[in-house]
Formats: sequence, C-alpha cells, structure tokens
Amino acid sequence: MRRELELYCIICPASCTLRVVVDKDGIVEVRGNQCPRGVEYAKQEVLEPRRYVISVVRVHHGDMPTVSVITGKPVPKDCIWRVMELLASIEVEAPVEIGDVVLKDICGTDVVATRRVKRVA
Amino acid sequence: MKTLFYDVVVIGGGPAGVAAAIKARDKGLNTILLENREVLGGIPLQCIHPGFGVHYFKEDLTGTEFITRLLDRLVESRVEYLTRAYVHSIKYRDVYDKVVNVVTPSGVLEIHAEAIIYAAGARERHLFEIGAYGDRVDGVYTAGEAQMLMDIYGVLPGREVIIIGSGDVGLIMARRFALEGVRVKAVVEILPYPGGLMRNVVQCLIDYNIPLLLGHRVVRITGRGRVEKAVVARVDENLKPIPGTEFEISCDTVVISAGLRPNIDLLERMGVAVDPSTGGPVVNEYLETSVPGIFAAGNALVINDLVDYAVEQGEVAAEGAYVFIENNGIPSENWLRVVKGRNIRLVVPHYVSGKRNVVLYARVMQPERNVYIEVPEIGYRVFTYGVRPSEMIRLKLRPEHFKRVEGLNRITLQVTPG
Repeated sequence: MRRELELYCIICPASCTLRVVVDKDGIVEVRGNQCPRGVEYAKQEVLEPRRYVISVVRVHHGDMPTVSVITGKPVPKDCIWRVMELLASIEVEAPVEIGDVVLKDICGTDVVATRRVKRVA
Repeated sequence: MKTLFYDVVVIGGGPAGVAAAIKARDKGLNTILLENREVLGGIPLQCIHPGFGVHYFKEDLTGTEFITRLLDRLVESRVEYLTRAYVHSIKYRDVYDKVVNVVTPSGVLEIHAEAIIYAAGARERHLFEIGAYGDRVDGVYTAGEAQMLMDIYGVLPGREVIIIGSGDVGLIMARRFALEGVRVKAVVEILPYPGGLMRNVVQCLIDYNIPLLLGHRVVRITGRGRVEKAVVARVDENLKPIPGTEFEISCDTVVISAGLRPNIDLLERMGVAVDPSTGGPVVNEYLETSVPGIFAAGNALVINDLVDYAVEQGEVAAEGAYVFIENNGIPSENWLRVVKGRNIRLVVPHYVSGKRNVVLYARVMQPERNVYIEVPEIGYRVFTYGVRPSEMIRLKLRPEHFKRVEGLNRITLQVTPG
C-alpha cells in the first residue's frame, strides 16, 4: 500500500510542508524539505515521534524564582508526562548556569537548565 | 538634570536594541542603550521554548539561551546601558542634534545624539480591540502576561482556560498549560486558518488534543468576580458572529493572543510617517524613518516571527546610524518605492536604492500553495511550496539584480501561482 502523507516539519521555524510517500517497507520519498533535517524528521515522525519537553523548576536563593529547563534531546512522546511529573517534584539551589543538569538520565537524556540564575542572599 | 552627549542612543533593550547597540559600538560609535524595565533582554527572557537563533547563531536555542548569549556579547563589547530608564520624549533640534529626555531613578537626563535607533518593541492587542464584551472579571490575561506568570514567576493563572487567537504565543501557551495539567478547552480563532506557524499547531495543539475552533470568535465573557464562561459563535465571511450559532464554554481563565502592534507612540509624537499595513514607521533600506537620523528595528518596525529577524534589523539600523554620522546624513539616492503586489499584505523596507544588499520582509494576505515570489521589474523569481500570513517572507536582493534594468522608480513584490 503506497500512501502519501502531509507532515509539517517542526525542526525549525521554516515549517516546511513535507510530502512523504510511505509503502509497506517504510518511507519511499520525502519532498518539500529545504534541508536534510526534513528527511530525518519525516522518518522519525512516521516511526516514533519525539518531542523536546520544556518547563520551569523552582529555584531557592536565586535572582529569579524559577529556572527554565529542556530535555537534552527530544524524548518519545509517551515519555513527556513522566518527565513533567519528575520536574514538578524537584527544586534546585542557585546559582544555576545554562547547561547545568537538573535531572539526570531520564528517557535516554538529561534535563538541563536554559536560564542563568544568580545567587542572592 | 544632567546633560549627556553620544553619537547614538538606542531605545529599547530587547533583541533588536541590544544587537543595534553592539553593532554601533563595534563600529566605533559612542553609544548608549536605554531600557525601561529592570533588566535588559526584553521578551525572550520569558520564552523558554526553542526556535531562537537558527539563523543568527546557527543553532536552535531557547529564548532564554538566545538572549543570554546576546547579552554576554553586549558585556564583552562594553556597551554603556541604563536600566529603569524611561524615555519621556524625543526632540528633533536639527539634523545633527536630537534630544532624548529620560527619567531614571537617579534623576532626569537630557541625552543629545546624532542618531537614534528606536527598538521599543510591540504591545499585545487586548480585549477591547477584539470585540469581546461582557463582565469585567478577574482571570483575563494576555498571552505574554500568562507566559511571564508561569515561566518567570512559576505561578499558574488558572485551571480551565480558553485561548483567544491562534498566534504563536497563544499556541505555545496552550502547550505550556497542557503540560502543567491545566485544561485548555479551546483555542478560538476568528480566521479560517491558524495564526501561528504550522509547527506550533502540530506540536502544541494536535499533540495534546486541544480543539482549534477556526472561524469562531468569543463574543462574551461572563462571571461574578472571576471568569465563569465564554460565549463563542461562528462567524460569517465578514467575520461577524452568525446569530443562533452561539454556545458556551465554561472556564476560569481567558488568555488573549490576538497579535501584536508596534509600540511607536514616541515616534508618532515626532510626526514620523506610519505605514498602516505594518503599524510601524515607513523606512528606507537603512531602516531610517521619515525623520532623518531616526532609525527603527525589531517589532517596533514590523511584527517579526523570528528573533533572528529583529536582531538582523537592529544591525542594519546600526549600520545606517554609522553611515548617517559618517556622511552627515544618509546619502541621497534615487529611491525605488517597494510596491505591494498580488497577495502581499505588507513589506519592509518601503524604499530601496538597488545599490546595496537589502533584505525585504513581507507577509501575504492569504495562504497559498505552490507559488512564485517575484519582483518582476528586476527578474527576481523564487518558487516556494507554500506561503502563509503567519510566516514572514524574507528575501535578499543584491545590486546584481538591479544592474540589468535602467530608469526604475519602483519595484513590485508579488506572489503568483506556480
């Protein structure tokens, strides 16, 4: 069975409209992508869709009340809720630097800080 | 009152202003950056999602990461800046002397400069601008306010939310609400197509089964003290509610994501020419407004969908300020007017010389598939799979494009079916 799917590439804001032809062996053809990442995305999205998880985590003694965080890699969609539940249960101590790991080894990746929070008394 | 003298004053410490200040300083101009909030950075400080810097840093960063990097560069360049500096007015004395009156916690400043780069950003459209009536209740926020509450302060604005407008900020907030366990009962969009990028429709709404009501509008918000429900109706082709199609959605919070308007009050008071289609000033390719030596960049110039474009405009404006100061004014040119052709709603800049590289930013009126983006007078033609009002078109014109043609006084940007 040959099917043609229409996907919107979510890798970057260019949002290319992808035409993906799929048969019983998998993806046959990807059109509409402006860069090679579009082909990679189409393959991943058809086989096992993944997403970055973004949120904020409470900070103690910081110049900001929260630190923003993101998963180091996109995680399988089924994992999103597990990551969110764990993030809701943790709090971190300032200072925090961008890239600091706030949650280790979850769904095959780490959750890292994306905001610098300085320590205040 | 203290009097200060600079080559350039940059007004607004968001991405466009910060980029402009770094560039002006790197060009050797004596520059000061003014920000009215307590910290530099502007809106990306509260943008924790990725999609920032793909063009500028060639990396996909979150808004917070992007602005931290840009601010680190500002510090490296030793740009002077003031926070909590509120610009009260700008006075045009003569071509080489503009006065910026600034209120700061330590007193009033009178800053003289040859060039001004105006990058004061945009404001969010609010309830009274979108025709939603009803009770004056708690629980109504703009998307940006909700974003600041959640992603800077860590406070949930409500438990059951309706979002009015499907612009990118609204879509991104829909996902943030869903992830935090808030029920998003609907995103209500008046137009027949989504306002934001398709990637955001996919990963913010479809992923979380959030209903998108296209061709609908919220006509009334009611409650006692706090929002209790919203009345939604289908709209006709004139976007007027169709009688008899009303239905109620119960909720405790309404979030308005109905687009942005350039913040140009100070420029308007100086009599700068304004383009009604962008809501921002009319500019030439140096991003100079109709008042000589006053430049505009970022969302104060035109509403951008990528921070990279705001930064790019900041740098062009700084380049313009440099040329202005070096030449005692922007050299006169045979300016070619950029005309909006078929399916073009807006285009910036409004005048180009054809002698330097220039980037045009444009938006279409209607979504369209398989089209050419053209400037017929100079033979420019590029195929694209689709154009959408929510996705800015960016194209670079080079002097080579203009070499073949003589005697032009205008060029037309248009979209034609492929």
